[in-house]
Amino acid sequence: MMRFLPWVYLIIAFVFIYLPVASLVLFSFQDGGLPVPPFEGPSLRWYADILSDGDVMAALGNSLLVAAGSAALACALGFLAAYGLARHVLPGSALIRGLLIAPLTVSYLIVGLGLLIVIQRTGLGLSLMTAGIGHVVINLPLCFAIIYASMGAQQRNAERAARDLGADEFRVITLVTIPMLAPAIAAAFFLSVTLSWDEFIISFLLTRFDVTLPVEIWSMLRSGLSPRLNAIGSLVFLVSVTAVLILEIFVFRKNRS
Amino acid sequence: MSRPAPRFKGGGFVAPALLWTLAFFVVPFLVMGAMSIATLEGRTLVWGLSLANYIELTEKAYLWRAIMVSLEITLTVTVVSVVLAYPLAWIIAFRIPQRWQRLALLLAILPFWTSYVVRSYAWLLVLAREGVVNQTLMTLGLISEPVTLANTRFATVTGFVHFFVMLLTLTIYANLVQLSPNYRRAAMDLGASAFQTFRHVILPLTLPGIVTGAFLTFVLCIGDYVTPQILGGNTELTVPQVIMVQLGRRADFPLASALAIVLMAIVTLVYILSARWLRLDRI
Repeated sequence: MMRFLPWVYLIIAFVFIYLPVASLVLFSFQDGGLPVPPFEGPSLRWYADILSDGDVMAALGNSLLVAAGSAALACALGFLAAYGLARHVLPGSALIRGLLIAPLTVSYLIVGLGLLIVIQRTGLGLSLMTAGIGHVVINLPLCFAIIYASMGAQQRNAERAARDLGADEFRVITLVTIPMLAPAIAAAFFLSVTLSWDEFIISFLLTRFDVTLPVEIWSMLRSGLSPRLNAIGSLVFLVSVTAVLILEIFVFRKNRS
Repeated sequence: MSRPAPRFKGGGFVAPALLWTLAFFVVPFLVMGAMSIATLEGRTLVWGLSLANYIELTEKAYLWRAIMVSLEITLTVTVVSVVLAYPLAWIIAFRIPQRWQRLALLLAILPFWTSYVVRSYAWLLVLAREGVVNQTLMTLGLISEPVTLANTRFATVTGFVHFFVMLLTLTIYANLVQLSPNYRRAAMDLGASAFQTFRHVILPLTLPGIVTGAFLTFVLCIGDYVTPQILGGNTELTVPQVIMVQLGRRADFPLASALAIVLMAIVTLVYILSARWLRLDRI
């Protein structure tokens, strides 16, 4: 009996973990108007419905734009800071590291609220740009931490060799450091994309007319359960899972071998 | 052009990230702090040094209640998540053959990547009056009337626990696989039972990982607006919900800022209490 206990627990845990996702995906193929049992289906009408919905598609585009843009910028800033701190002796470097990591310890709501107050005071309008600024704030610590952690002695020696051979700083970075750190940079980028593309509260506070997908979903939620939401949710899940699997297969696996 | 002194050479690389953090994180945060001691007279904002907002927190029952509700929910979620995640991480680390471990872990945390808003909605689908659980129980004949599950604290806690079990499984698993099997072997050789080995050897060694995960859970849970709003309904409000009400309905930025500062103070306090085991500085 005791021998089976772990497996029973494992199965129950997986049922708990997959119950909402499975319900979401299953009832997105529901033919009826409500995403509840009994299952009447299968049908792709709700996917057709949302794929032809202009607002949803615009929000999807906005989300991808903000995610890719803010992730790229966060990676670039994080990489430069990591390089500067790992390769040069700076006064107060512990304090700088602490400052760069600090946004991680604060809830997104507070990051968004602070930015909202400043943006309102300065009279700048809310837009996708302001949401993107907020996303860089929350992704920068992660990008910095991931890239900084993978800057080892091995790269330092290669950089030194390149310098001895006459490469200038720019060439050292672009031809030696970045290629050697590519897995870490890619990991930081994809992690930022997945975090940013379904981030809600900052986007909600800092956008007005052009909204991102989670904000659009939020406003659709007011009408209660609907198979359209199931279809969007399933698509969002699919995109995130794809990003995670790409990360797993191409980045971490390569890292291990 | 003169070369800068060597010790400041790295400054140029660090400057962009540092300026970004200062301009879009530190400054807004300071402005929010200043806002929390400002007051609203009618609709105009009066900067100043007033503790009125903080006094309001203690005087107005619904504000104080929100702080308590947030703390209760967060503590429940943190404890339940740790208690559920530990055995799961344990089983994946020690009961599943090595070559399947990574796959099992990946499967255990895959729904973690469902959209944040959608995840809570998916639980609504499961817990709603006409939702999956009620329909299943009724079909099985276990109940004749739908049970109220959604729009309760139970729903909020379930939604949160679902999310944090995945997070904690990941952090605890990382901790468990780093343990050398020699510790267990030594304890067993010295005659300890499986439970004694766990209680006196494994648990203390994995405590830092548990505390780190629990701290993350606490921080993310207490600051979250989405899950209580979707699953908890409006029967009892958490601090983030009250903050959003102040912003949306009343445009009372000073009071919202004061609540945000209280939220931060609670997190700082919890950080100090658990700092002994936390290794956030190692990031």
